[in-house]
Amino acid sequence: MDNKRIDQIIDKHRGEASSLIQILLDIQSENHWLPKEALGRVSEKLEVPLSRTMHIASFYKAFSLVPKGRHAVHICMGTACHVRGAKRILETVEELTGLKPGETDVEMKYSLETVNCLGCCALGPVIEINGKAHGKVSVSDTSGVLEHYK
Amino acid sequence: MWFNTPEELEKFREELLSGRDPEKPCISICAGAGCLASGASEVIAAFKSEIETQTLEAAVDIKGTGCPGFCERGPVVVIYPEEICYLQVTPNDVAEIVSQTIKEKRVVERLLYVDSITGEKAIHEYDIPFYQNQERNVICNNIKIDSKRIDDYLAIGGYSALAKVLSRMSSEEVIEEVKKSSLRGRGGAGFPTGKKWEGSRNDPEKTKYVIVNADEGDPGAFMDRALLEGNPHSILEGLIIGGYAIGAREGYIYVRQEYPLAVVNINLAIRQAEEYGLLGENILGSGFDFVVRVHQGAGAFVCGESTALMTALEGRVGEPRPKYVRSNIKGLWDKPTVLNNVETWANIPLIINKGADWFTQIGTEGSKGTKIFSLVGKITNTGLVEIPMGLSLKDIIYKIGGGIPGGKKFKAVQTGGPSGGCIPGDQLDLKVGFDELARAGSMMGSGGMIVMDEDTCMVDVARYFIHFLTDESCGKCLPCREGLRQMDKILTNITEGKGKEGDIELLEVLSETAMEASLCALGKSAPNPFLSTLLYFRDEYEAHIREKRCPALYCKELINYYIDPEKCTACMICFTKCPDKAIDGAKKMIHIIDQEKCTNCGTCFEVCPSKFGAVEKISGKVVPESIPEEERMIVKPA
Repeated sequence: MDNKRIDQIIDKHRGEASSLIQILLDIQSENHWLPKEALGRVSEKLEVPLSRTMHIASFYKAFSLVPKGRHAVHICMGTACHVRGAKRILETVEELTGLKPGETDVEMKYSLETVNCLGCCALGPVIEINGKAHGKVSVSDTSGVLEHYK
Repeated sequence: MWFNTPEELEKFREELLSGRDPEKPCISICAGAGCLASGASEVIAAFKSEIETQTLEAAVDIKGTGCPGFCERGPVVVIYPEEICYLQVTPNDVAEIVSQTIKEKRVVERLLYVDSITGEKAIHEYDIPFYQNQERNVICNNIKIDSKRIDDYLAIGGYSALAKVLSRMSSEEVIEEVKKSSLRGRGGAGFPTGKKWEGSRNDPEKTKYVIVNADEGDPGAFMDRALLEGNPHSILEGLIIGGYAIGAREGYIYVRQEYPLAVVNINLAIRQAEEYGLLGENILGSGFDFVVRVHQGAGAFVCGESTALMTALEGRVGEPRPKYVRSNIKGLWDKPTVLNNVETWANIPLIINKGADWFTQIGTEGSKGTKIFSLVGKITNTGLVEIPMGLSLKDIIYKIGGGIPGGKKFKAVQTGGPSGGCIPGDQLDLKVGFDELARAGSMMGSGGMIVMDEDTCMVDVARYFIHFLTDESCGKCLPCREGLRQMDKILTNITEGKGKEGDIELLEVLSETAMEASLCALGKSAPNPFLSTLLYFRDEYEAHIREKRCPALYCKELINYYIDPEKCTACMICFTKCPDKAIDGAKKMIHIIDQEKCTNCGTCFEVCPSKFGAVEKISGKVVPESIPEEERMIVKPA
């Protein structure tokens, strides 16, 4: 992501320091992660110390400080999914991909994350991949679901 | 369009209604998160193309609406004006619905709700037991309106409460009405809304703020999401009224970014209200100016706490601050700030329009009105339910929820989110209300209601919530940051069979410290899931620690899978499905699990056909010896 685009996003938020989180969210949603250079640029333009920008970027879950894979695999760990066996589903996905939550494989294929409730509890347990929810997943279905995403 | 006066708004509403033919067929398809996940967008697309093919565009309306709550049977389709309700509709059903119901006015029987006990079919939404036992005042409009069109909201009387307030009520009268209604905050703490407003209004400071807390973080709760997505104008109308009442000119909506559709719909609603002159300068000619901004949360559970939310709004890390002075006096940027939950704001227009006396007719002594719950977990009818306060848990779970699926036994219901507690079966007659739930060791919370059956391990449930809160602790106070981490470790040990005598007592000490010495409600209430499960299910803790046994047969490290040789028919299903090749067997040869290789994944248990039910879970006992090789062959009797 180049500085020009970052500046545009900052301008959209009128360059206010109180919009720091909103600016980082916009960068995250376009770029899927926050490169060090981008954080530097934002700090400089908003006249906010880099340490505060880093504090925010590492505190909130929406931000990633590392690049993400092609397919965002989210395992819902909400209470409803939990009592319906989400832990087993997560373990199976971990085994199949060799990843732990928060990790991305070397081929940049999958990024595995756990999330706390996607709000479609009727379908639990749920695996959401690239925004599409796969509901009522069983341990034996899991590999079939992942195979859709090459 | 710009309304200069309340009269112009009313005139527009009349024109809108006279231009609408109430007999014109309208297909409403739920486009809420639950139904979308079940394929609602494909159904909407199919309806659009079918109506186009049949050149019925002028004669039929199609609406993607908000969530009516019956997520279990989504996608939900309601056909107006007859209000015929079809469930679990797929794109393949669309042609039949159009040709039969729209053109011929005939009901497609196979898509109706069928009562599982009586076998009776229900044609209308209001005939279905799930809806019949509810009292839907707040969520009822979701299925009637296209949430992306302000005209739909105006057609059902939207913004009439705002017009009434601006033209005929002083700010004191508005606050008096809200106080009289005894409305209590729907976000969890249940603080009296009118009292909160009054405090801010009476403060001499000129700049004040109102905030919608739409950072719905409790896992398993999605009431606010349904309102934000389905009826955003009702929240906005409440917020503007609140701004007028306390004298604020600026409002914020803090909505979590995990709800993308809610963010889109609420932004759209603000733009539409601005275009109509319902937001901005001199609203409806009253001289009252008001603007609203949307701020997205960035994924932090603690930001649902009011002071942390305000800190996040200021663009900083969302850590709670001390409440020596309440935030309605010193809140956002140290100015008087009224922060209320989504559902609280959505109740305001109703109270203004129908009056506090109407509102107080519903509910119990201490809790008035209705409350939306998200009924999830091991329950037949998962979904959103709106009930009058004072209804018993039993009625909610059995009459509305349809009981526990699969013939299992009820064990507990967890209310109040991670800070709440579990209520056991012998207390199901408990009436739902702020004070009633608190007395039972739980809390109202924002409205999550998670039902658990006999297969749910209560120690694991406590571990689950403590782990969640450890992860979400902002790290400011030591008892929460470090104490919860220790509790998580001890509870994990117990579920893994490494529990020892004294663990329960140590957990109690850590709980007490967290409750006494944490700053915010998150830390103070964090031990609740442990304390309430210990209160009602101490035997489960003791079985885990002393006998290394999980009574619910849930904890992976404490169970073994075993194939009953009497029941096994050597069908080979578990043999082929086992991911670890831990099952030994062949055709006509009784299968045996190699306990050394088995990783307890549970696949064999899941895939063994229920007519055989040969795979068993064993806990706290030694796995029986395998049968001798020579007895493994299944010989059919001649």
